[in-house]
Amino acid sequence: MQIMPKWADIFLIPLINLLLAFFISGLVILAIGEDPIAALSLMVEGALGSSYGWGFTLYYATNFIFTGLAVAVAFHASLFNIGGEGQATLGGLGVALICLLVPWPHWTIALLAASVGAAAFGAFWALIPAYLQAKRGSHIVITTIMFNYIAFSLLNYVLVEVLRPAGTMDPASAKFPEATHLPTISDMLNAVGIPFAARTPANVTLIIALVACVAVYYLIWRTKLGYQIRAFGKSEPAAKYAGISSVKITMIAMAISGGLAGLMAINNVMGEAERLVLNSVEGAGFIGIAVALMGRSHPFGVLLASILFGFLYQGGAELALWTSIPRDLIVVIQALVILFTGALDGMVRRPVEQIFLMMRKSGG
Amino acid sequence: MDFMTLLQILDSSLRLATPLLFACLAGLFSERAGIFDIGLEGKMLAAAFLSAAIAAVYGSVWLGLFAGLMGSLAMAGLHGVASITFRGNQLISGVAINFLASGLTVLIAQSWFSQGGRTPPLSGGGRFQEINLPFADAFSNVPIIGPFYAEVISGHSALVYVALLAVPLSWYVLFRTRFGLRLRAVGENPAAVDTAGVSVIGLRFAAVAICGLLCGFGGVYLSTGLDAGFGREMTAGRGFIALAALIFAKWRPWHALYATFLFGFLQAIALRPDVIEALLGFKVQVQLLKALPYILTVVILAGFVGKAIPPRAGGEAYVKER
Amino acid sequence: MTAPAIELKGISKAFGPVQANKDISIRVMPGTIHGIIGENGAGKSTLMSILYGFYKADSGEIYISGEKTAIPDSQAAIAAGIGMVFQHFKLVENFTVLENVILGAEDGARLATSLGKARKELTRLADEYELNVDPDALIENIGVGMQQRVEILKALYRKADILILDEPTGVLTPAEADHLFRILEGLKAQGKTIILITHKLREIMEVTDTVSVMRRGQMTATVKTSETSPQELAELMVGRKVLLRVDKEPAQPKDKVLEVEKLQVTDSKGVKRLKGISLDVRAGEILGIAGVAGNGQSELLEVLGGTQTATGTIRVNGQEIDLTGKYSDAKSRRKRGIAHVPEDRQREGLIMDFKAWENVAFGYHHDDAYNSGLLMDQTAIKEDAAGKFTRFDVRPDNPMLEAKSFSGGNQQKIVLAREIERNPELLLIGQPTRGVDIGAIEFIHQRIVELRDAGKAILLVSVELEEILSLADRIAVIFDGQMMGERLPSETDEKELGLLMAGMTGQEREAS
Repeated sequence: MQIMPKWADIFLIPLINLLLAFFISGLVILAIGEDPIAALSLMVEGALGSSYGWGFTLYYATNFIFTGLAVAVAFHASLFNIGGEGQATLGGLGVALICLLVPWPHWTIALLAASVGAAAFGAFWALIPAYLQAKRGSHIVITTIMFNYIAFSLLNYVLVEVLRPAGTMDPASAKFPEATHLPTISDMLNAVGIPFAARTPANVTLIIALVACVAVYYLIWRTKLGYQIRAFGKSEPAAKYAGISSVKITMIAMAISGGLAGLMAINNVMGEAERLVLNSVEGAGFIGIAVALMGRSHPFGVLLASILFGFLYQGGAELALWTSIPRDLIVVIQALVILFTGALDGMVRRPVEQIFLMMRKSGG
Repeated sequence: MDFMTLLQILDSSLRLATPLLFACLAGLFSERAGIFDIGLEGKMLAAAFLSAAIAAVYGSVWLGLFAGLMGSLAMAGLHGVASITFRGNQLISGVAINFLASGLTVLIAQSWFSQGGRTPPLSGGGRFQEINLPFADAFSNVPIIGPFYAEVISGHSALVYVALLAVPLSWYVLFRTRFGLRLRAVGENPAAVDTAGVSVIGLRFAAVAICGLLCGFGGVYLSTGLDAGFGREMTAGRGFIALAALIFAKWRPWHALYATFLFGFLQAIALRPDVIEALLGFKVQVQLLKALPYILTVVILAGFVGKAIPPRAGGEAYVKER
Repeated sequence: MTAPAIELKGISKAFGPVQANKDISIRVMPGTIHGIIGENGAGKSTLMSILYGFYKADSGEIYISGEKTAIPDSQAAIAAGIGMVFQHFKLVENFTVLENVILGAEDGARLATSLGKARKELTRLADEYELNVDPDALIENIGVGMQQRVEILKALYRKADILILDEPTGVLTPAEADHLFRILEGLKAQGKTIILITHKLREIMEVTDTVSVMRRGQMTATVKTSETSPQELAELMVGRKVLLRVDKEPAQPKDKVLEVEKLQVTDSKGVKRLKGISLDVRAGEILGIAGVAGNGQSELLEVLGGTQTATGTIRVNGQEIDLTGKYSDAKSRRKRGIAHVPEDRQREGLIMDFKAWENVAFGYHHDDAYNSGLLMDQTAIKEDAAGKFTRFDVRPDNPMLEAKSFSGGNQQKIVLAREIERNPELLLIGQPTRGVDIGAIEFIHQRIVELRDAGKAILLVSVELEEILSLADRIAVIFDGQMMGERLPSETDEKELGLLMAGMTGQEREAS
């Protein structure tokens, strides 16, 4: 028996959750002695008020689409992948190796190869915890977190000992060759005569991210594999009864999840930094959790939530620039969004259901 | 490796095991009552920050301890409300608490001290001082046992001994009292507790509160005992390693002591590249050493746990069934 | 005149839009056994849960020994002298009997004192009521019959005068059930009041003094047991005349479809669940496996259905099938023409959160008819689902609803439609009518018989002896992972089967 109409479930509840998270965030800003209304208008102005702001907002959103989809795919298999951070780190390594080791003739081919490399490295990093969960029963939440720490040390080693050009001190790789540089959104729009601020990092990867949304939608709801992933996620004994292998689905779902997280690297490593640096992921892997929860693990929801978090990220950077509010405010907002949309969902849902029940009764 | 080096490593093993032990016992109470808690990390971080901040401002570690415990308890309360009252997903609630602590600690530290998210370094009354146990000097001439007592057992801050005492105390509470019986029952079959006329919600909140207090002690020790001040993300995954230790210990207090001491030992070894080089005969990369505790956590989870049966009602909110 | 031990006046309770209890009133006199009978979902358990403080009634009053009593929680029910033995026992599996008995009724904060006192009290109760159990045994190591005694002891330890038993015989052999009834008679003789909730007419006739009938949340009648008959009660339960037996022609068995030889299963704890059983099923017959739950029949179905590995030999139409490895999974079984209606349809047979049409493809999602190119053919699946809904009379007739929004009987019809319409060589069917209302039971039984008459082999597992006796063409009895022997339904009865189910072979019976 459906108590609430579908629109309330999909839009109203997340909206109320989100407003609550923002309200508390406002209180936090107030508590550290700043004006939340002024902060909000600064954020809106800085992130959405100009094509310059949009250039950053969309760049961040691209990252979050990938990591959000990664978490969402794993969620459908009832797996909690907290390792997006490490998988995206490894994806960056894959991109760097491909861009640095092969002399690419044109960015299109380089992009294709780098995508494959990023996804493969990310998938590999997710497959080890997946295997340990499927075969050894090791708790995937703990192992994926451990793999984040391990990925960081691994990248540190590779950058310092292997990829760092001789004579430099920075733990970073050499600049990628010119031929691998990706066109930015501004390049592309300016080429067709639409003005868009230059020197903004949003790039062609955004289009790949949108394609990924569509692809994940078809994967989860239209293919046999998606059917099996969802069935396994809803009920493991039923999946077994239907002949769906838990080992196989765990491995495949985590590989897809890790691959998506890894794909993020073509945006930040190849598209923006154009070299591999330490901590290039900057917490985007974790934001994927908030994005997936807010988006109800649906690609379209993930897209919307990613744009929202892109806005928060760019707005937060503006705040750090112009006020004394540190960027860590974003982590707090992200935590509150996870808390309200994920863990405290019932707090909002039950009263709203009661209201609908009363409305139905009084309406006959 | 000579005897003194071994003693030094054992000594730092005990120090490094202490926050893990607190967190592990915290998780033990929570999970025994059927509440998963991957927010141990966040609770420790909150306590580490608040205790260091208050100790820095007022120059009293005792005030700091109180503040740290309260901070951790508040986070625990949030987890309780989300997972017990509103029956939310316990994993997600834990993740949220970790991020909340991670963001808030730095945000407030920056707002209060403007030192890049750190608290000012603590000294004197702002820290827990080392306690020399009686007879440490007198016995130091007794071979083996004497130096062991003086170097490893004696000379730690009070919280180390609190942690060690918490082990038999936890065992007694869990297995020899009415409260412990009910707490274990609620983690195995909450319906049995409910139909026996005992409040499932009350018991679970009590367990979550104990978990908060123990995490608080662990966090306070990090910033006022092990270190002298709070630094960004200073828990460094200890909450998760404690969970791995908890699984390794199969949810038993004494085994939690052994498991966390093993992890403490691994961390202590990783801090001594010279010893590792001497033992292995070749130089080990510093990055590998840093990653070692995490790698070993995975290895232990994957290889040596054997069959660990968690409390049966773990992770599920209690709903009366028709 | 003495006051009734329990009197309920005008109890009503709704769960959301569902009215589970509607204006219910009953009186139960002290020192009697009162039966409450009704179909699944008639509201019996809800009513008793209200009496035990598990739910709060929307309206109505409760009187205990003539005094109006509020029962807001289980604590209050216990204080009012009410004890309840739930259908699913509320025991902590890895606690001892003693620990379970004192849980919630301890004396003081230290456990040792409570345990000492309880041990003495338990010995006394055991002697008084013939309720012998080992106080130091772990619950997970004792049988269900013993576990039930622990539940009764729990109530008596809390000084209950009124004992409610919810479907107590579902997990017992007929002999164990008889023992339980003797215990209940003993309790009655001591002046205790007992309420027995059941859907089995035989039990009501055998043991109760008075009986109330519930239908769709309402109390339709309360009568003296001595003044009624099973037929009358059945009609009161269902609201119309019911066929208590299945109409079917004698079976025409053909070739052997299923041959099982020396099948052994060891579970993850290292316990042998099947100890070398052999059986066969021919085309055109129904082999019924009778046995008390937990004696290996579930494992038998699991091995055949491909969710459990085993050793031994199984042949389907003369060809051996894999019992371990890659090709022992459920997908491979379906390819060999084995269809499976699992015992627990909500846990295994359906994805409750999926739409009904999606469930129609469940297990057969690889079928070419359900796929076109890379994608699944949703139109084809929906069309197929619509047809199955019509042919199997699933209500409400809307495959777009989620599986969980159908009643137990209609959920079972969805599973049955999916498996039977595959036209399998062999149909495995476990507990076909568990949690299913009487109307749907007749329908389901007819469909099973039709499949048999179409020349298919059917392996039926049920813990309901009546169902086995009326449906099966041959009956094999399983006990402790072994076959106790085969009988023809026409040449046996509940009594003989009951003894076999309790592990007693022919020789032993003659000797005893």
